[in-house]
Amino acid sequence: MPEIHENVDVCVIGAGHAGCEAALACARLGLETVIFTVSVDSVALMPCNPNVGGSSKGHLVRELDALGGEMGKNIDKTFIQSKMLNISKGPAVHSLRAQADKADYSREMRKVLENQDNLTIKQAEVCELLWEQLDDSTKKVTGVKTYTGAVYECKAVVLCTGTYLKARCLCGETITYTGPNGLQAATHLSDSLEELGIELRRFKTGTPARMDKRSLDFSKMEEQFGDERIIPFSFSTDPDSIQKEQVSCWLTYTNEKTHKIIRENLDRSPIYAGIIEGTGPRYCPSIEDKVVKFADKERHQVFIEPEGLHTNEMYVSGMSSSLPEDVQLAMYRTVPGLEKCKIVRNAYAIEYDCINAKQLYPTLEFKTVKGLFSGGQFNGSSGYEEAACQGLVAGINAAMSILNREPLILDRSESYIGVLIDDLVTKDNREPYRMMTSRAEYRLLLRQDNADIRLREKGYQLGLITEEQRERLLQKKTLIDAEISRLKNTSVGANREIQDFLEAHGSSSLKTAASLAELICRPELNYKMIEEIDEGRKDFARKKIGADFFPAEVIEQVEIEIKYEGYIQRQLRQVEQFKKMEKKKIPEDLDYDRIPSLRIEARQKLKEFRPISLGQASRISGVSPADVSVLLVYLEHGREED
Amino acid sequence: MQTDTIAAIATALSNSGIGIIRVSGEDSIQIVDSVFHTQGGKKKLQNMESHTIHYGYIVDDKGEIIDEVMVSVMKAPHSYTMEDVIEINCHGGVLMMKKVLQEVLHAGARMAEPGEFTKRAFLNGRIDLSKAEAVMDVIHSQNEYALASSVNQLRGSLSEEVKKLRGEVIYEIAFIESALDDPEHISLDGYSENLLLKVNELLVRVKKLIDTADNGRLIKEGIATVIIGKPNAGKSSLLNALVGEERAIVTDIAGTTRDILEEHINLHGIGFNVIDTAGIRSTEDTVEKIGVERARKYAGNADLIVYVVDASVPLDESDREIVSLIKDRKVVILLNKSDLESVVSEEDIKNFIRDNLPQRKEYGDIEIVRTSVKDGSGVEEFENVVKEMFFEGKIAHNGEIVITNMRHKEALQNAYDSLELVKRSIEDGMEEDFYSIDLMDAYKELGKIVGEEVGEDLVEEIFSKFCMGK
Repeated sequence: MPEIHENVDVCVIGAGHAGCEAALACARLGLETVIFTVSVDSVALMPCNPNVGGSSKGHLVRELDALGGEMGKNIDKTFIQSKMLNISKGPAVHSLRAQADKADYSREMRKVLENQDNLTIKQAEVCELLWEQLDDSTKKVTGVKTYTGAVYECKAVVLCTGTYLKARCLCGETITYTGPNGLQAATHLSDSLEELGIELRRFKTGTPARMDKRSLDFSKMEEQFGDERIIPFSFSTDPDSIQKEQVSCWLTYTNEKTHKIIRENLDRSPIYAGIIEGTGPRYCPSIEDKVVKFADKERHQVFIEPEGLHTNEMYVSGMSSSLPEDVQLAMYRTVPGLEKCKIVRNAYAIEYDCINAKQLYPTLEFKTVKGLFSGGQFNGSSGYEEAACQGLVAGINAAMSILNREPLILDRSESYIGVLIDDLVTKDNREPYRMMTSRAEYRLLLRQDNADIRLREKGYQLGLITEEQRERLLQKKTLIDAEISRLKNTSVGANREIQDFLEAHGSSSLKTAASLAELICRPELNYKMIEEIDEGRKDFARKKIGADFFPAEVIEQVEIEIKYEGYIQRQLRQVEQFKKMEKKKIPEDLDYDRIPSLRIEARQKLKEFRPISLGQASRISGVSPADVSVLLVYLEHGREED
Repeated sequence: MQTDTIAAIATALSNSGIGIIRVSGEDSIQIVDSVFHTQGGKKKLQNMESHTIHYGYIVDDKGEIIDEVMVSVMKAPHSYTMEDVIEINCHGGVLMMKKVLQEVLHAGARMAEPGEFTKRAFLNGRIDLSKAEAVMDVIHSQNEYALASSVNQLRGSLSEEVKKLRGEVIYEIAFIESALDDPEHISLDGYSENLLLKVNELLVRVKKLIDTADNGRLIKEGIATVIIGKPNAGKSSLLNALVGEERAIVTDIAGTTRDILEEHINLHGIGFNVIDTAGIRSTEDTVEKIGVERARKYAGNADLIVYVVDASVPLDESDREIVSLIKDRKVVILLNKSDLESVVSEEDIKNFIRDNLPQRKEYGDIEIVRTSVKDGSGVEEFENVVKEMFFEGKIAHNGEIVITNMRHKEALQNAYDSLELVKRSIEDGMEEDFYSIDLMDAYKELGKIVGEEVGEDLVEEIFSKFCMGK
């Protein structure tokens, strides 16, 4: 039977948030790329919450943008409410979150894909990976085959299958074998992956109901507004261009009645009845889980969020569930404002095949299959932002391997993306992985406000950031450095004028002269306040940029760098130590059995994870500092021998 | 590789001769300079030539003299580690060496990991590559030993307290972090004031542990002494007699005592950790066999064995069994019940040991004392014998124990300092996310004491204690 036979560079399987970034990166790096999806109408679908960003996830989107990803730009085009979270906390944990118009988000991303050179969208279910054996333990991927028998030969494949592999959805006793939103599941590819020697496992996640706006009584809820001044996600978006009218979200609460209904019907929940096999995430528990595990809590928050501007559907955040339809309706109707609610889409849980990402290198390439990369929920993560970041890195590294260039490995000291990927490939994660700011040990350095300073140069080196964007960054850095150095070197005397100023601001008086930077350091003062005693500021700004003031983004960096210098310096010193360990590379083929002094547990773990550096080795649970020392001595020995 | 400055006691921890504290790393000269004073007070080690030796004093931060020392300077790369190395030759004695090392640590050095000098020497190219295997073995075995002794030597009640402290610290971090991750569900309003109270309480408790460490009571520091003998030979009476003395300091060691009795006593300023084993009888009884096995285990690790012989009855099969436990250990034999008619002479017991312990290298050092523990006679003589043995250097502390104690103290001090930083951040009105940085450091340091790594503790705590999100 005649079949279609094509020859391309990269095949990306799945067009969700990971797949889109992977495909765009490859195509933008000049590689002929095909992106496969079971439904072209569902490109960049948001099947769960209607927002992008949030604590630590906002950081991820910023970093993605700095490296040349698309998510930040796309949400800037399609948001309907925006808020900077944690604004009363330190700058390291400020995080941007925007409500998206879901349909708009999907449509805009599809437009970007459709207009991207070198990129083809193909609606088809990939059923099989084609490969050849390289040696005893390594294979190489050579192409993919679709359900209709079409063959696409290629040099690299990026798996971004999300929650679609052998997916099944559960709503009480009712089980349907579909992906999210009733979309077609991918039922064949799992077998092919297992033939390749890839180990699969089952994870689950869930989503709450969507309700008809007209059936809700918002007068019983608290209105939640967006920020007055909207800050864009993308460093390329002009803030002035996105100031617009925003929609509100609404807050209400569950109560004892809600909890009673849930408790009485637990036996009908597939999780508590033991029907669900997959492991679910603890950070977004179903309402059943919350009620059972936190039995002493009298109420739980429920946020009602719009799904878009052109729909009446409202997302019921905080009440995901897999209880049967009738119980859902009864339970939702106990919540103030939802008494007469009409459910448009039921809440459900979804189970799917994914991998333990310890099978991957930090490049997101499979250790045993050359040319095969993977990103997103398939790697055991959860969340749109986590998916997009992995997709970008997997796509970039697929491209780098084809182009014979250095892979992109971000480390824990330079980005949340580095933390995310390192955690995924180094730790034995037992549930869908979500980013959290507490996972980043150097979070004072990894702020959302300086993602461009940290990563844009890398994006430029990769070829995903333009010369012009880079030029802008370099300029910004120069201005920051110049202003910081000026503030540190400008001192004010303990004269009358200064003392009066300090007194007026509730600040203690000076005994000897102090630099302006030292004054900014005081908790009760800041950059803006000391303007009146900073005589050289205007002249300096005029000399540097021809205006009276530095741009807000420069001032922000200057202020943070000065105010938190002590903490920042401390983390920088820790990073120095950290980097030394990361730089000690471990050869891919190291035979751990030849190092007798390793403890047995450590040896097993090292053989299993095959870390790429001493740093990564030190983070594997079961590998002690002494084992790392032994390894270091061994490596040093081997190096000299060669 | 690492360039921070490390320090450790480089000689055996005995109470005689000279002790050497070795310091290695970039700042070693500067660090020692800050605690070393020469007579004129003008001489600075950093101005001295490599491979020179200098006379002076180690002083504490109040300027008080701790010890009179000779300090040698070996500049990189002409030293064991090929880094700048300072060796402080101080007076021997566990206490003195500890004090000098503590000053050096206080001045900015870090306590060396087991095997770390060797590791550095190797990595810096000082040790022949062919010795890599030996270096790896040293690191491996020293760490295994240190780990085992660290966990074993920590007193049960103290280990409980450290674990409790850790639990309370991680709870606070988890609360802060869950609020940062989910600000719309969990609020930090008014939290700072509560945390300040909590931190103050933690500071007091950690300080108490540090003081305990200073008194040497954090761990079972002392000469490991095991009393063995047949049932009713007078073992427990001996222990009671020793403990009952007014001069003896007695401490309960909760959590370590199972079916054996263990006491910490202090004789003439020397600490002893005395274990009274169950009586040993030659028997087929399984339960009693377990008792013998236990006694064998303790005897195997003992610095000193006290063998109590009931001199009123003839030596028998059980005594043969007991003698076999002595092996090459230092031993004092008490011919007890001297108030009764004696059937065992000093000569008898000597010959008995020669016959039944043919593999022992030396018999001349076996001390024998006649006692009647019941009425107290001979106990003082026994104490004097033991004291002599200690001062003649025949019995010594297990050096590793002192080191462990110092490691614990260093970790406690670091935890304390981190908690102080939290306090300062709160008082300075810093934002809440800064608190968790130093709280985490405190948590890590406390973990070192109980041998626990951080791993996924925080994430586990967040999810188990706080109801998160969407």
